[in-house]
Amino acid sequence: MSLQEFVTFRICDKSFGVRVAEVHDVFRPSNLTPVPLSSPDIAGVLNLRGRIVTAIDARSRLGLPPREKSVGCQQLAIGVERGGESFGLIIDDIGEVVRLDENDLEQNPVNLDATWSGVSRGVYRLDDRLLVIMDIDRMLAASGVQDAAAAA
Amino acid sequence: MDDLLSEFLTETAESLDVVDAQLVQFENDPSDRDTLNNIFRLVHTIKGTCGFIGLPRLQAVAHAGETLLGKFRDGQLQVTPEAVTLVLGSIDRIKSLLAHLADHQAEPDGNDRDLIEKLEQAAEGAPVAPPASPVVATLPEASPEGPEEQGRWDADQGRYLRPGEVSLADLEAAFNSADGPDEPKPAKPVQAETDEDRKAALGANTIRVSVDVLESLMTMVSELVLTRNQLMQMLRTVNDSEFKSPLQRLSGITAELQDCVMKTRMQPIGSAWKKLPRIVRDAGKDLAKKIDLVMEGEATELDRQVLELIKDPLTHMIRNSCDHGVETPAERTAAGKPETGTIRLRAYHEGGHILIEVSDDGAGLKTDRIRAKALEKGVIDAQEASSMTDAQIQRLIFAPGFSTAAKVTNISGRGVGMDVVKTNVELIGGTIDLRSRPGHGTTFVIKIPLTLAIISALIVGMGEHRFALPQLSVLELVRAGARCEHRIELINSTRVLRLRDRLLPLVKLSDVLGLMCDEGGGDQLSYIVVMQVGDTRFGLVVDQVFDTEEIVVKPLSKRLGSMSEYSGATILGDGAVIMILDPNGVARSVAGAERSVQRAAGEDARAAAAASGEQMSLLLFSAGGEAPRACPLSLVTRLEDLDATKFEPTSRGLVVQYRGKLMPLVSAGGEIRRHGRQPVLVFSQGDSVIGLTVDAILDIVEDQLDIQLADGSPGVLGAAVLKGRSTAIIDVGHYLGEADPSWASAVAQLESRRGRRRVLLVESHPFFRNMLAPVVSAAGYDVTVATTPDEARERLSAGVLFDVVLADADEDAHNAVAEMAGEGGATVIPLSSHRNSGAVPKSDRHALLAAIAQAAPSGEAA
Repeated sequence: MSLQEFVTFRICDKSFGVRVAEVHDVFRPSNLTPVPLSSPDIAGVLNLRGRIVTAIDARSRLGLPPREKSVGCQQLAIGVERGGESFGLIIDDIGEVVRLDENDLEQNPVNLDATWSGVSRGVYRLDDRLLVIMDIDRMLAASGVQDAAAAA
Repeated sequence: MDDLLSEFLTETAESLDVVDAQLVQFENDPSDRDTLNNIFRLVHTIKGTCGFIGLPRLQAVAHAGETLLGKFRDGQLQVTPEAVTLVLGSIDRIKSLLAHLADHQAEPDGNDRDLIEKLEQAAEGAPVAPPASPVVATLPEASPEGPEEQGRWDADQGRYLRPGEVSLADLEAAFNSADGPDEPKPAKPVQAETDEDRKAALGANTIRVSVDVLESLMTMVSELVLTRNQLMQMLRTVNDSEFKSPLQRLSGITAELQDCVMKTRMQPIGSAWKKLPRIVRDAGKDLAKKIDLVMEGEATELDRQVLELIKDPLTHMIRNSCDHGVETPAERTAAGKPETGTIRLRAYHEGGHILIEVSDDGAGLKTDRIRAKALEKGVIDAQEASSMTDAQIQRLIFAPGFSTAAKVTNISGRGVGMDVVKTNVELIGGTIDLRSRPGHGTTFVIKIPLTLAIISALIVGMGEHRFALPQLSVLELVRAGARCEHRIELINSTRVLRLRDRLLPLVKLSDVLGLMCDEGGGDQLSYIVVMQVGDTRFGLVVDQVFDTEEIVVKPLSKRLGSMSEYSGATILGDGAVIMILDPNGVARSVAGAERSVQRAAGEDARAAAAASGEQMSLLLFSAGGEAPRACPLSLVTRLEDLDATKFEPTSRGLVVQYRGKLMPLVSAGGEIRRHGRQPVLVFSQGDSVIGLTVDAILDIVEDQLDIQLADGSPGVLGAAVLKGRSTAIIDVGHYLGEADPSWASAVAQLESRRGRRRVLLVESHPFFRNMLAPVVSAAGYDVTVATTPDEARERLSAGVLFDVVLADADEDAHNAVAEMAGEGGATVIPLSSHRNSGAVPKSDRHALLAAIAQAAPSGEAA
């Protein structure tokens, strides 16, 4: 048994998890400045305690429909540090931290959509749902690049 | 590490860099005593210091090198490239020993007999006068040596000492004055003293500061500037505050502090170039090429951080130029060039950037080879290869994994090439481009930001977005709108602004960035930021201009890094993040690929204007839109106002019966009316006529024609300011061709019928070319157009007999054409754009036709 801790979160009512060690912080993105001409999955840039954070819209990145503006609850972002840069992955809701055995991680189903299989490390079968373990690096990379890699 | 040792390492490394550069300089000019003395002194200092802190290996190498140098200095030995190579080799050895020393704090085991023997042989083996040896001998004797070193080098010393007993008197004197082991003993003691004095004086004024300290200073100042901005922002919302004046002071001091800290980070770019002469020299030796390195602008200062990052790419590029750029002496001689190739390195400031040019006068890039190689390596496919322009092909050398060297040398061509250079340059927010002319060489231009830290920026707004524009590329701000002095005008759909009688191309920021902003009507008040990037000047239309702010440039995330429109992001005083626009990126979207934007220098346009000089009568009319259009009045045969109901449709368009002939009608823009009256400009063409319909004839003006903006659209030659409005000058020839596509065949018929006379028009200015050719051919002549005197000569020598040659008397080169044409039996009519020059004025249609008719009367008669 080698247990791993995962932070779980929801995007579009689907459950995802990332290793706790990969998450720097969780914050409410505010004052988001859009970047014209950037790829659609870039939600914008924002100031988080004096650092410039590039916010990536997880929904757009995964090819999910955009959030409805009328939904009252504020969105959340998972802060990640990569290569000296700060990124924020905008998600819908944050969940609990779960401990799971690495050996239980299952391979991506072969018929999983290329975009998804590109960012997924595997799937856990939890009692009530499936938990997709997200590869943050792939998630942060430009979708085009990653798609090409997945295709190759 | 031992303080003494680390100090020694730093100092010696600096000295060695200088020695490197000076040796190369010395080799080129062996008569330069000052340089040699300087080299000698530096090497001697190194040797002395080594002895002092007990580094026998280093000392031995330095000593042997110094010995050889001593011979040069005393004129005992001829300076040969081989000998200099040997000295350079000893410098290299010292460097590698130093590197080991820095890592292990001790000299490596082993000795340098191989090198030292070579140096000794060079020093002794030269066929020079007997007193040569004593010089060598006295040096080691006088130089300070630790006991350890003495013992080790006994054998050598013995050999040196023998001739040492016969020493030169002047050297004795020099050595007598030198007494301490740690004091350098240069050739001329007097000069050395002054040097030492200067050094001492300098030492009092400068201290060594670790780079880390400077870096953290910079970071802290950046944060301080940010905090200051936030405070100032808060203060603006408060009307009367006791914090006001202290905050103002804080602001001022912060600015000064920022300046000072920036200064500490600035270094002349020359310090990154120090190694280059040596590299070029060695490369030249290895490749058996003769190469000169010319460096200009060494004093250009830039941020230390940028400097460090640019060092390696530059070195690589210089190596490349040596290897691929400059040809071998034989090839150069064959190409009619001097044997010695030149690599030119130039640095200068331009609009907040440093431009570094690396150019060679070599063979230029071989497009065919690059194309073939790119295909072979799979960088491009066959279809791309055939459709790419030469310039695009040349840029392929920046593609990853691309190396054009036919053979791999140890200088370059190992596959890690220009792509690495490009990546490194782009890493620091720079760009790299190249120009290459076959046979003339290649120029690489690196553009890098002056500093990566703090810039002054103008904050502008477009819709609900805000952006920062680097103040350095902003020339001025202009407000434009319905009730303002300035108004945005349209040429076709291109926005322009008339600014002090010059046309400024405009681009909307929302268009550049693809923003959806409501237009809100054309007369909406907007601001125009007049910007200058390189030699391109343009106006950027924005909705709002807020203020200027000192912003701390934060690099763009790698996710956004490839976007040329932005150079970074920053946090404003109010805490919001905004994007910093890159003026270069914006300028690119203005200029487009082919459209020639008005040159700020204006040389071309002005020269053309000066050439076209005098006043010209222009017919102003409107056609298809508000903007006035114009054409030279001399081209128009008649102005008519015709009954539109009489127009008859045919398969080729509308025609009208006019003076007993059918006249085809073509629109200069806008609809041809079918009711009421239709103004028509009538052009005669041989014995046929063509009507150009316009909306309204506005005016006839006498003005100097200064075509400023070449618009790519067909039928328009360019724009000019006429009667205070920007006016499109139409290309009459275009419409005439459109009206009568059978023109060419009609001409052929006419020719066979009338035995048309041949006229050669030599005219380099496109406007006059387009204007005169239709005039002359309309009068029934067969016109051949040559754009340059060279082309004209070609045509004349091609065996075609011309009856009349129209040559531009304003250009000297045309005189040669005139001469040649005269020999061929043609009548030469000089043309001029000036009325009172004695030549036929270009703008006077009747005078021109009369002159031609006179020159070739049979043409009319036949």
